[in-house]
Amino acid sequence: MSDTTRRNLLKGAGATLGAAAFAQAMAPLTKWTADLSFDEFLQKHYKEFTREEMAVVLRRLEEKTEREYGRKVSIQDLPPQEGVSFGYALNLSICIGCRKCAEACHQENNHDRRTGNSYIRILEMEQGSLDMERGTAFYDHDVPAPGKYYLPVQCHQCDNAPCVKVCPVQATWKEQDGVVVVDYNWCIGCRYCEAACPYHARRFNWTKPEVPADEINPDQGYLSNRIRPQGVVEKCTFCLHRTRAGRLPACLEACPTGARVFGNLLDPQSPIRWVLENKRVFVLKEELGTLPRFFYFFDK
Amino acid sequence: MSASRHLFAYLRFLGRILWMSTDGSWRFYTWMVVLTAIALVGANAWAQQLAQGMVLTGMSDHVSWGLYVANFTFGVGLAAGAVMMVIPAYLYHDKEMHDVTLVGELLAVAAIVLCLLFIMVDMGHPERAWHLIPGVGRFNWPVSMLTWDVVVLNGYLLLNLHVCGYLLYMRFLRRKPRKRWYLPFVFLSIFWAISIHSVTAFLYSGLGGRPFWNSALLAPRFIASAFITGPAFVIVLLQLIRRFTGLPIGEGPQRTLTSVMRVTVLLNLFMLGSELFTALYTGGAHAGPVRYLFFGAHGHHGLVPWIWTAVVFNVGSALLLHLPASRRHVWVLNLACVLAFVGVWIEKGMGLIIPGFVPSTLHEMVEYTPTLTEWKITAGIWAFGLMLLTVAVKVALPVLSGRYASPHAREAEAAPGSSSQESPGGERQPAA
Repeated sequence: MSDTTRRNLLKGAGATLGAAAFAQAMAPLTKWTADLSFDEFLQKHYKEFTREEMAVVLRRLEEKTEREYGRKVSIQDLPPQEGVSFGYALNLSICIGCRKCAEACHQENNHDRRTGNSYIRILEMEQGSLDMERGTAFYDHDVPAPGKYYLPVQCHQCDNAPCVKVCPVQATWKEQDGVVVVDYNWCIGCRYCEAACPYHARRFNWTKPEVPADEINPDQGYLSNRIRPQGVVEKCTFCLHRTRAGRLPACLEACPTGARVFGNLLDPQSPIRWVLENKRVFVLKEELGTLPRFFYFFDK
Repeated sequence: MSASRHLFAYLRFLGRILWMSTDGSWRFYTWMVVLTAIALVGANAWAQQLAQGMVLTGMSDHVSWGLYVANFTFGVGLAAGAVMMVIPAYLYHDKEMHDVTLVGELLAVAAIVLCLLFIMVDMGHPERAWHLIPGVGRFNWPVSMLTWDVVVLNGYLLLNLHVCGYLLYMRFLRRKPRKRWYLPFVFLSIFWAISIHSVTAFLYSGLGGRPFWNSALLAPRFIASAFITGPAFVIVLLQLIRRFTGLPIGEGPQRTLTSVMRVTVLLNLFMLGSELFTALYTGGAHAGPVRYLFFGAHGHHGLVPWIWTAVVFNVGSALLLHLPASRRHVWVLNLACVLAFVGVWIEKGMGLIIPGFVPSTLHEMVEYTPTLTEWKITAGIWAFGLMLLTVAVKVALPVLSGRYASPHAREAEAAPGSSSQESPGGERQPAA
């Protein structure tokens, strides 16, 4: 055998071996591709759908949820109401840090059960200071503790939202009623928005969410609480599947002290307007110019 | 020749030199087999990460970027730093540098591919990358800095591919390259190199909620440290090429690059010092991440050993480069290069990304440690990048030196397409 032939044979053997090893290395992807349907891969951006196309997508998502989670759900796409612009205020004087709002959020929004995820994070703060560095989210004792007050933080639905600005594919945007939403089927999972948010309001689905069938909230919205896919970012939407139908956010209903006030900023008779006009209201990190729609106030 | 014939001839040329690249010494094969094995381990880890989710990484909602983005940032610097060979060659007509500029451009190509891979493995849904294609997806340009980065990185890749490809092809045909087909692109690539790293800095410095990154000095720092790592890598690379291929590479390029590094190492330290002074003397929110990074805070010290290693390496390399011994003994210079390369890799990688997230925007202290999956994928991508560079340098040098030319060009019988031991190779040992 000549030197060249032997060399070519060896190269062939090497290439075959390499290709086989590569196929073996990529084998875990078979599970991943099995989960990914063609329709899903080619799905358009939310804003490009006609009503008919949206209906088809909603049915497909309902079927998928039933197949994967064993629960019949209804996924709707409620549009923003004319003349409605949402605002939220929280009375820090009467919040007792019981975390009932976070728990309600967890259930309402079909959050992953293993991580106990919620869109609300509650900081236990020291009286006499608004310095978050001296607060902690990891308190574990009876509340309210003496010398402490409590600062729940969730998405502020900023009018100048850094998260919306940075998204490279417009997978997140501000709706007409002020709510910042995510198209979970368009998000590429780069998490730039998570880095950009100054309020720790965004969460990433690090793995496929786990929710037992009997705990799933079947009343779902495309842009809000439907079970999110793995690998996309999610956030608080002021429970738009409820609030756009005239109901109140789940966190507000769960609050035992009535610290939460929600409503239409454009309605002069709304309680939120009363708070804004009569209380000394502030927003978090005002100096960043994010223009939040989530306000805090003290009674006394 | 018509355009389409040129195209086919060019593709045949690429195929030919790629085939040629499969020939080499036992050292070359060993090097490539080892790199392939590491790349495969990385590919396997990535496949698992894609299937099971990024829960396999150490990242969390508190520290939502980690080792991948750190290496991406460093890689952009490496790509931009390679332009430090182009500037002397084309702006200052450094003849000796001109002969080896192509090595820098090939390094830029490999580094950009490395960066794109690091972004791909950081995405939750890489299959949705088509959403980024203007016109087909919804490209949020010009508002999102990430879309600027997509434009400048891919543009830089194309620019360098064009310049390298055109010059090599002309050399292969033994024809004189026409200036208008490459010079404008070379000059464009100089500005472009600065832009890729500035835009990458703006990704971070534009975020008001992250005081550690929200500094106007970030882009200048990135450029300064890019002009450390690029030259450091090339100095070692040129020696390896000379050793393994016997190509007569003069001392000139090494001298020039060393001079560049002598300035940039100091500039980088100076700017780091300015940042530290401003943060620590002012105190408050800006000092939090700096304190965590250098001294640890609230019982968390994860990055302290990393950053002090970087400080020692960076200061050490600066001292070595200014010792007269670095002129006399090449090992001193090489040691300085390795120290500088690793020092910047830490400072601009983990040392830059992680403190952006610790303490979090709500001042929570949640630390981050990369998992085995992340290390495997990171090693795999670096191995793949080195493979790419090895092959690129290996096929480019014989063409560049005129040892390998088109059979249609005159006296070109010595095509080493099937030669054995003597085949010129660009094989290298791990440089850093």
